Amino acid sequence: MSILAIQGLTHKFGGLTAVSDLNLTLNAHELVGVIGPNGAGKTTVFNIISGVYRPSRGSILLEGVELVGKSPSQITNLGIARTFQNIRLFRELSVLDNVRIAHYGQVRYNALEALFHVGRFKKEEARIIEHSMELLALLRIDAAADVQAKNLPYGLQRRVEIARALATRPRLLLLDEPAAGMNPNEIDQLMDLIHWIRDEFNLTTLLIEHQMALVMSICERLLVLDFGETIAEGRPEEIQSDQRVLEAYLGDTVT
Amino acid sequence: MFCINTLMVRNRWLAPCVLGLLFLFSIAVQRFELLDPYVQLILIYVGINIILTASLNLVNGYMGEFSVGHAGFMAVGAYTASLMTVRLLPPQMAGLSFPIAVICGGFVAAVVGLVVAFPSFKTRGDYLAIVTLSFGMIVKSVIENINAIGGPRGFLGMEKLTTLPWVFVWTVLSVWVIRNLVYSKFGRGVLSIREDEIASNLMGVDTRHVKVLAFVVSSFFAGVAGALYAHVLQFITPRAFDIIKSTDILIMVYLGGIGSLAGSIIGATVYTVLLEVLRPMGVWRMVFMPLVLVLLMLYRPKGIMGLKEFPWFVPIRDLLAVRSWREKKQATR
Repeated sequence: MSILAIQGLTHKFGGLTAVSDLNLTLNAHELVGVIGPNGAGKTTVFNIISGVYRPSRGSILLEGVELVGKSPSQITNLGIARTFQNIRLFRELSVLDNVRIAHYGQVRYNALEALFHVGRFKKEEARIIEHSMELLALLRIDAAADVQAKNLPYGLQRRVEIARALATRPRLLLLDEPAAGMNPNEIDQLMDLIHWIRDEFNLTTLLIEHQMALVMSICERLLVLDFGETIAEGRPEEIQSDQRVLEAYLGDTVT
Repeated sequence: MFCINTLMVRNRWLAPCVLGLLFLFSIAVQRFELLDPYVQLILIYVGINIILTASLNLVNGYMGEFSVGHAGFMAVGAYTASLMTVRLLPPQMAGLSFPIAVICGGFVAAVVGLVVAFPSFKTRGDYLAIVTLSFGMIVKSVIENINAIGGPRGFLGMEKLTTLPWVFVWTVLSVWVIRNLVYSKFGRGVLSIREDEIASNLMGVDTRHVKVLAFVVSSFFAGVAGALYAHVLQFITPRAFDIIKSTDILIMVYLGGIGSLAGSIIGATVYTVLLEVLRPMGVWRMVFMPLVLVLLMLYRPKGIMGLKEFPWFVPIRDLLAVRSWREKKQATR
């Protein structure tokens, strides 16, 4: 069953076509990679799905619900969460607060209850703390819950970002270059983590990545973009030998 | 320092006790003239300034926006409350009508805040400064042009209803409510907007809603402060609420420290008291005070408290969240 259906998605920045006629269907529980050279439009696709940009044309359906025209917070609360290429944690705040903020859409009390700390407030707050800490424990970063996000090492900041995304209870997780700036050892751990959270949280995952080793080994299906165009789609081993992909990455081959 | 910290974490019941005693003391001071009237007046100003500073800190410090029209909301509250006590409510019930007038002053200011917030938060960043700046000017010229409330000559006839106990109650209430807001999902939303608005939105925070809420609460308490101010001066003019007044409040916010209620209390107290203490310096205090500020910005750019909070202001649930979760885990293991 398809969870996300993108049809004819086109986005223009002025005269530049960043994404052109993208079609993509994600089935539930799938792990799909989006690859392509720099400037191919990968992050733009993520920004459109998550509502940061409004596409020039096309439609995005999340289990039949149209996402185009909805605000980022509405889309998040419908079940799409994401991480960022260059980490965007709330740097001055603690790791726990970072994760608690992502619970915003699930907290059931209104402004008046918040102003006087009455009614459902106490119960809900206790629940959010509990849930956030459990999540941090699952990702093995609970020891750092009190630490300001900016003081964590890079690899852990990535983990916190994933924890924060999971806190919004997504069905679809968008990971934007999670391995950027990591060493081979950290990348191995990350691959295990991505696989594990997908099963643990029953997620569909869409992954942008530059590290070929990572995408080839964990993705079931790949989408290759170049200058906004989809140049190939298929299983990793098919992609590896695709002539157009090789050209996009390495330039024209002399025959 | 550690010992003070544990004292504040462990003995939470002390806070209400201290506040209760201070309240009784404030009543005693008023009843038996324990303090010089001049000192009482300064204490009243300190209280009013704490309300103004804490409420502006919500928008400028916690949320990281830049509002410069706080005096405008103060004016709305001041005129609303004064009109009520002088013209609408019967004077013989001053004890009851005064709190009603203050609350109404706050509400009208909050409604005006809502009207200002909606268009201005459609845009981002510096625009709020421009919108609030012009809002302050509009309020001033509107009042100047309504003859029924005295126009530029001002409005008088209020009794001196703002007493030390009343100011104390309102100050505690304001700080408590703002603190409650800060330590709720909306307050965390406010903080996340300061840190990274786009990320905040993408984590499901309805940033529009959070911004408007913070702004409305902030305006409400500016209105309350204005109402109290009017009933201690007993004479208000539009000029009392111009950009200079807004600047004063901004100075207190940044002196005390952004994103900190303890900072707002310290900032408002230090600034108000210092201005009085330096009165013998005459005109020179207007040289001295800016100099203090310049030095402060150079050596402590985030203000005296700068994003740090006094443990007593943090709800115990938040303060011990991680520790009690770990203890619970340990126990079940």
